[in-house]
Amino acid sequence: METFTYYPGCTLRTKAKDLDTYARFSAEALGISLEEPADWQCCGGAYTTAKDEIATKLSAVRTLNSAKVSNRPLITVCSACHNVIKQTNYDILHDEEVASKVNNYLKLDEPYNGETTVYHYLEMLRDVVGFDNLAQKVVNPFKGKKIAAYYGCLLLRPSKTLAMDDPENPSIMEDFIKAIGGTPVIYAQRNECCGGYITLEDKDQAAKRSGAVMSSAADQGADMIITACPLCLYNLKKNSGSELPVYYFTELLAEALGVKEESNE
Amino acid sequence: MNKNLKEQVLRASGVNVLKCMRCGKCSGTCPSYDEMEYHPHQFVYMVERGDIETLMNSKSIYKCLTCFACVDRCPRNVEPAKVVEAVRLAAVRQQGNNHMNPNQIPEMLDDDLPQQAIVTAFRKYIK
Ligand code: SF4
Ligand code: SF4
Ligand code: SF4
Ligand code: SF4
Repeated sequence: METFTYYPGCTLRTKAKDLDTYARFSAEALGISLEEPADWQCCGGAYTTAKDEIATKLSAVRTLNSAKVSNRPLITVCSACHNVIKQTNYDILHDEEVASKVNNYLKLDEPYNGETTVYHYLEMLRDVVGFDNLAQKVVNPFKGKKIAAYYGCLLLRPSKTLAMDDPENPSIMEDFIKAIGGTPVIYAQRNECCGGYITLEDKDQAAKRSGAVMSSAADQGADMIITACPLCLYNLKKNSGSELPVYYFTELLAEALGVKEESNE
Repeated sequence: MNKNLKEQVLRASGVNVLKCMRCGKCSGTCPSYDEMEYHPHQFVYMVERGDIETLMNSKSIYKCLTCFACVDRCPRNVEPAKVVEAVRLAAVRQQGNNHMNPNQIPEMLDDDLPQQAIVTAFRKYIK
């Protein structure tokens, strides 16, 4: 069994428990063991691009370093955590000033210089497990189901830094859908933003953005839409005004692998 | 023109505004276009001119969703979102100029709102 360091993030411990639980049970079913670092902190939800911001990058570095110390790659599943942690790692690798200020503050036993490899859970499915392998382990295929993958913004961009997939014509979630037996639906808004945190102060804008995403998917005949981000899920469900069902991709994964029931116990 | 502010924004963003060819693609792809008074390409241009305070006083700085669409789609790799962020930081870093008050949060909550939204707003609006 291969072991990875696993960073759930704050929302997966509170409002997005499902995203986390299904991810864990599914990993186990796939022969992957996920180990949480002892004292992780919330990553902050948004990466700060400003070069003179150091404090806001520290919690992500602590997480990256705990994976380095245990000598394992780091897995994240929330799109936002994944974005913050990968961008921070990129910074440490490419901006000497950020790296030296961060290390000067943290005083780790050994400086952190970007050694950790970061995978989004979907990347783990593609690059470690392999979608062919995954397909062979599926016991409840989503036969005949038309499933729309919602990437949103943070899973793919900035593409130079996240290096996950083609940012304008991605395929990782569609390949995942095929692996669990479903039929992927391609639609125009799949990699446009749902409105994100603007829901806090501008419900109209959040409704406009998430409504556009949902109607674009519905127009292409989707039966359901999947996401990796708790905030996307919220906006698409609560702000879009659409009835199209929205699920975390890990819920479909758990169902396909036949571990959904035990995840709910 | 406030030279010091311009330098601060250029340094914090790391953006070379002179690379911009004013094609407007960043603004064309921006999901907040309709809500903004000044659009991403205007941020780039106004920073070049040193017109920072106008931007700092505009609600546009709180409309950017940090979706990185303009960063990925700019043909000149200008990365306009980094300019928007640097201007916003220059504004919220001013004494007494936080855009959100933690006391407002309880009234914003509902049963399903993910913590992520609040944490992100703290990053964006408060120093
Ligand atoms: S991105 Fe979200 S869920 Fe992840 S730790 Fe940060 S705020 Fe929490
Ligand atoms: S919540 Fe919206 S802002 Fe966040 S990743 Fe999802 S699409 Fe982007
Ligand atoms: S897309 Fe790039 S080059 Fe075009 S206007 Fe925007 S910043 Fe300038
Ligand atoms: S990052 Fe901000 S400015 Fe750029 S396209 Fe997205 S919302 Fe618009």
